[in-house]
Amino acid sequence: MKRLRAIGAFWYDFVVGDDWRVAAVVVVALAASALLLHAAGVNAWWLLPASVFAALGWSLRRATAKPGR
Amino acid sequence: MTALPLILTVFVACAVEATEALTIVLASGLTREWRSTFQGMAVALVVLAVVVAAVGPALTLVPLSALRLVVGALLAIFGVQWLRKAILRATGYKSLHDEAGAYQREVAAAKAAAVTSRRGVGDWYAFTLSFKGVLLEGLEVVFIVITFGDNQRDLGAAVIGAAAAVLVVAAVGVAVRAPLAKVPENAMKFAVGIMLTSFGVFWGAEGTGVSWPGNDVALLLLVPVVAVVSLGYTILLRQRSAAGAPVARPEGEVVSP
Repeated sequence: MKRLRAIGAFWYDFVVGDDWRVAAVVVVALAASALLLHAAGVNAWWLLPASVFAALGWSLRRATAKPGR
Repeated sequence: MTALPLILTVFVACAVEATEALTIVLASGLTREWRSTFQGMAVALVVLAVVVAAVGPALTLVPLSALRLVVGALLAIFGVQWLRKAILRATGYKSLHDEAGAYQREVAAAKAAAVTSRRGVGDWYAFTLSFKGVLLEGLEVVFIVITFGDNQRDLGAAVIGAAAAVLVVAAVGVAVRAPLAKVPENAMKFAVGIMLTSFGVFWGAEGTGVSWPGNDVALLLLVPVVAVVSLGYTILLRQRSAAGAPVARPEGEVVSP
C-alpha cells in the first residue's frame, strides 16, 4: 500500500507537477474547445493558447505572491 | 515538418536531463566504485530503451487525433511546468539548479554509506544510486521521445536526438571528470519549455478537431508567441523583484530579491 502510494505520488508529480491548477486549466480548455466546435460549430483555435498563457501567469502570480495572500 | 526541429528539441531536453544524471553518476563513480556505477547506469539505460521500444511503436496504433489530444494535453501541462520553473529561477524566486552543490551532497551521502555486495554487484549503493539517477532523469526524456516521435510519426529521429545528447554529455563528462556546472541549464530548460508548450497546444487543439489558421504554419508562429509571452512574464517578475516586492520562493523558502 505504501509502495503503491509512492508510485502514485511519483506519477502525480511527474505529470501534474507543482501546480495542479495548470493541468486543470488545460483539460477544461481542451474540453471547451471540443464542445464549441462540435456543439456550436465555433473553430476556437485561440482558446487553448489563451488559456495556457493565462494559466502560466496565474501560476507564476501565486508562486510569487506575498505569503498569506 | 522536417525532422530537424524534432531532433533539436529532443536533443536539448535530453541534454538537460543527461547533465543532471551525469552529476549523480560521477558522484557515485568517483567516491564509490566505477564498475557497480556503470552496471547501474547500464541497467537503467536498458530499462529506458525497453520502455521506448515497447510503448513507442504501440502508440502508433492509436488513431492520430486521439493521440494528439492526450499527448498534446500532457505536453502542454509538462511544458508549462518547465516554463514556470525556468521563469521562477531566472527571476530569482527559486534557486538555480546547482550541479556543483548537488554533486557535493551526493558525494557526502555516498561516502557515508557502507559497502555491501548483492546479486553479483560489488557495491550495491553505487549501483542503486546510479540506476535511480539515470532512470528518473531518463523518464522525462523517454516521455518526450515517445510523444514527439509518435506524433510526428518519426520515432527514429527522436531517438537520434536523445542518443546524440547522451553521447555528447557523456563524452564531455568523461573529458572533464567533474559535474557540468557551466551548462546553461536554466536557459535550456526555458527553451525546451517553449517547445513543449507550443507543440502541446498545437497538437492538443488539433486533437479536439480544431483547425489552425494556416494549418502547420501556425506552429511556426506559435513558438515565437509562446517565447514572447514567457519572456514578458520574466521581465514583469524581474521588475517586480527589482521594485522590492517581498519574495516568497516556492517550496516554502522565503528570501529577499
